[in-house]
Amino acid sequence: MSALLEVDGLRTCFPSSAGALPVVDDVSFSLGRGETLALVGESGSGKSITALSLLRLVPKPGRVTAGAVRLDGRDLLPLSVGEIRRVRGRRIAMIFQEPMTCLNPVLRVGDQVIEAIRLHERVSVSEARERTRTLFVEVGIPDPEERLSAYPHQLSGGLKQRVMIAMALSTRPEMLIADEPTTALDVTVQAQILELLRKLQRERDTAILLITHDLGIVNELADRVAVMYAGRLVEVAPREALFSDPLHPYTQGLLRSIPGLARPGERLPEIPGVVPPPDQWPTGCRFATRCPKRFDPCADIQPEEIEPARERRVWCHEVERMLAIEGAR
Amino acid sequence: MISLEPHVWSNLMVVALVGVGLGVVRAIRRQRLWREAAGALWRRRRVAIVIVALYVGVGLLDSIAWKGGVPEGVTGVLPNAPLTLIDRAFLDTREASYSAPFADREFYGGRPLRHPGSHWLGTDILGRDVVYMALKGARVALLIGGLTSLIAIPLALLFGVGAGYFGGRFDDVVFFLISTLASMPGLLLLIALIMVMGRSTFSVCIALGVTSWVGFCRLSRAETLKLRELDYVAAARALGVSEPRIVFRHILPNLAHLVVITFVLMFSGLVLSEAVLSWLGIGVDGSWGQMIDGARNELSRDPIIWWNIFAAGTALFGLILSVNAVGDAVRDVLDPRTLREDR
Amino acid sequence: MSASAPEPLLRVVDLQTWYPIRAGLMRRTVGWVQAATDVSLELQAGRTLALVGESGCGKSTVGRSILCLERPQRGEIFFEGRDLLKQSRAGLREARRHLQIVFQDPMASLDPRMRIGDQIAEGVRSFGIVETEREQRIRIGEMLERVQLDPKSMDRYPHEFSGGQRQRICIARALAVDPKLIVCDESVSALDVSIQAQILNLLLDLQQELGLAYLFITHDLSVVRHLAHEVAVMYLGRIVEQGPTERLFEHPAHPYTRSLLAAIPSIDPARRGSAPPVRGDVPSPSHPPEGCHFHPRCPEVMDRCRRERPELYPVEQGCSRCFLSEPGRSD
Repeated sequence: MSALLEVDGLRTCFPSSAGALPVVDDVSFSLGRGETLALVGESGSGKSITALSLLRLVPKPGRVTAGAVRLDGRDLLPLSVGEIRRVRGRRIAMIFQEPMTCLNPVLRVGDQVIEAIRLHERVSVSEARERTRTLFVEVGIPDPEERLSAYPHQLSGGLKQRVMIAMALSTRPEMLIADEPTTALDVTVQAQILELLRKLQRERDTAILLITHDLGIVNELADRVAVMYAGRLVEVAPREALFSDPLHPYTQGLLRSIPGLARPGERLPEIPGVVPPPDQWPTGCRFATRCPKRFDPCADIQPEEIEPARERRVWCHEVERMLAIEGAR
Repeated sequence: MISLEPHVWSNLMVVALVGVGLGVVRAIRRQRLWREAAGALWRRRRVAIVIVALYVGVGLLDSIAWKGGVPEGVTGVLPNAPLTLIDRAFLDTREASYSAPFADREFYGGRPLRHPGSHWLGTDILGRDVVYMALKGARVALLIGGLTSLIAIPLALLFGVGAGYFGGRFDDVVFFLISTLASMPGLLLLIALIMVMGRSTFSVCIALGVTSWVGFCRLSRAETLKLRELDYVAAARALGVSEPRIVFRHILPNLAHLVVITFVLMFSGLVLSEAVLSWLGIGVDGSWGQMIDGARNELSRDPIIWWNIFAAGTALFGLILSVNAVGDAVRDVLDPRTLREDR
Repeated sequence: MSASAPEPLLRVVDLQTWYPIRAGLMRRTVGWVQAATDVSLELQAGRTLALVGESGCGKSTVGRSILCLERPQRGEIFFEGRDLLKQSRAGLREARRHLQIVFQDPMASLDPRMRIGDQIAEGVRSFGIVETEREQRIRIGEMLERVQLDPKSMDRYPHEFSGGQRQRICIARALAVDPKLIVCDESVSALDVSIQAQILNLLLDLQQELGLAYLFITHDLSVVRHLAHEVAVMYLGRIVEQGPTERLFEHPAHPYTRSLLAAIPSIDPARRGSAPPVRGDVPSPSHPPEGCHFHPRCPEVMDRCRRERPELYPVEQGCSRCFLSEPGRSD
């Protein structure tokens, strides 16, 4: 079965005094139908811009400068504005981190979902209203009939996020992009939203591209994981493989930094230094300055993609070297 | 109060202004933040800054005055009056009445002029060179815009920051004051104040100051309310810093960009307000507003006398446009958002 | 809590901080946001107490009340033996000198228009710790080195530093006045995982070097397990469970604590997909439910819970505010 979404060599640049900086640099991945791919990275990794680039929503002055984004084989990047608008919200929907700022505070939430439905389908207001009510039930909003006429400030964070999810799913999209959907929520509410996303995905077979920095959420939701660092992919693997046997030093360092795993009172193994900003990216591997396993080629040569196992992709000279040694044996 | 003649006060003010100007320049050069902001400003609005500087230069020149030194045989000058540098540059240029730009004869009657061809924008009804009148107006405009702001802005800060930071009763009183003043028709209040205080430049400045501090007071109160809740203010308190010191070290510097922006924008509003006052007959003598008011009659003559109003209007337009352009750029450059991002 | 233990560094007794809701022309008080009620805790020198809970639980209010940044209605806050709430203005300044705070948002914690050296020096200057300008610069340099920043950067402005570095500056600012207790109000919540690890290590090192005590306010339980000796869990303004960290994590007594622990997404690849432990949203602290605050969401709710309010009952190593832990129950 062919993939639903194929991203090929995506590059998004922002102009600066130092020239055009590729904040997303040669990123390629695929997303199958009904599958959840998590795009993981810390701030400055470029994961959010990658998601925005798929729908051509990159804020000015940034621009997608290279690559292809194929939805069912059709490249979205060269489409006209009218054509991409038919994709946005209809075939690919997006939910954001801060439900507070994504809902219009002066409109009732029911009206906002109705507007979203009628934007993409020719239905009457009453029909859209009925669908909205059904959606509210489906996403677990209590007293759905009353909540249709509520204003955003009358709802809690968890409820607002459910409204956002309802809005996103109202057009039955094939794919959902979720950008840090639970970061602004309390942990008990987060657990509920994660369960909701799992349920909806099972029932509707929606593919999800999950953007997050929280590896716990990744473990709860994702089928496959792609790790980004400073604009580039460093590792892509199925979930279990990534957590039980991470290959890239950055992924290893990230997993070790999580306090939940360390013994109490002991120092956490830390990754020294900070993520370099785009105008200070080194030639060669971008993680080299902080990598405990760096050796000669790392500072000067960008690592190429290698496939150490089925469904696994890594960009690392050290991994390449280890594979060569094992292959020779 | 030492009793000095007005022109001596004027000279002292020039000295003081130059001193303050140098002090500001030194302060800007020492703080890197302000230095970079000034550099960015210069790059964006070179022309406007130069134009404003020219106006200020003319205003300063028109403020340096002394008595005497008038050669024999010069008409139209009172014997012992102090004359400014601008006055002296145009000392013996008086004609009898109207004349067109570059003309060598009077407009009405055709009698030959005393200085044919030398009046670039003609002369007004009293035979005064129009360029000279326009240059004189610069000082008035700068005084109205600048001095008034110097009254209004500290007043607004005092009440606004006080109300925002300390809240409670003081806030209620200030709020009441603001609401009352804002609900009075500004123009009527102005007229009443000027009637009471007289028509000198100083009293017009005070009247304008009293009626224009309300807007900035609200703004600084709102901003102070926001700043007061920020973590670094709480941290300063936890570190034992006293309240007055917090206001001066943390609140006021973070309002500085608002002060600069407000000053620049208030300036043009005030100059234009004075023009309206002149139209009502209670403006300051020698201002562009007065020239424009006088031009009402001139425009209904046949053939039309246009050069008077043209000069005043252009001078007014030039100053206000340049100040607004600079103000726009100042707002962009000093926006704290651009300071915070390390993209 | 035992009589023979040394006097704790910090002792909070029955703290109540409520915010008035004012409405109407005369700004009368029409209600109260019950941010913190009946809060009592103790912290020994050199130890870490974590205060955990979700939004609206009042943990930040407790932290700010201890620092006298909020005015409680009732209660006593003993720091180094002195009740901070009974001090005069001048006395308060002196009394809470050894009590400092590091906030959550590294952007808002530093004045964008002041050099960081000057900001670190503010406390030094206000408490008269050093005499001359030169000594002050030396001390600022020392503080910056302690948090692993270049001392020469003291003349730079906050926007020239990253989030993690700014947090280090805030820690340096707190250290500059020789504190004994630092309240960390969500100090690592806004940081990336790898930077968070660096800051947590820094805090641990400083605790060992200087014998600092921390009141660590957070919603992130994984951080708590790593850093804290004791934990107090708050819900809607009240402490619902308290105890040593390991005991709390291994044998949580209160149903809310159990839900909180169960809700943390695990990174163990074998564990996943369990049902969420608790339904519903956190109610508003201005209208807390009758009886036990947690009863509308409690998976083990009993009839009694809707009507009566439980006290803090002692359990093995700690206490729990739940009828299930009431002494005399056979459970």
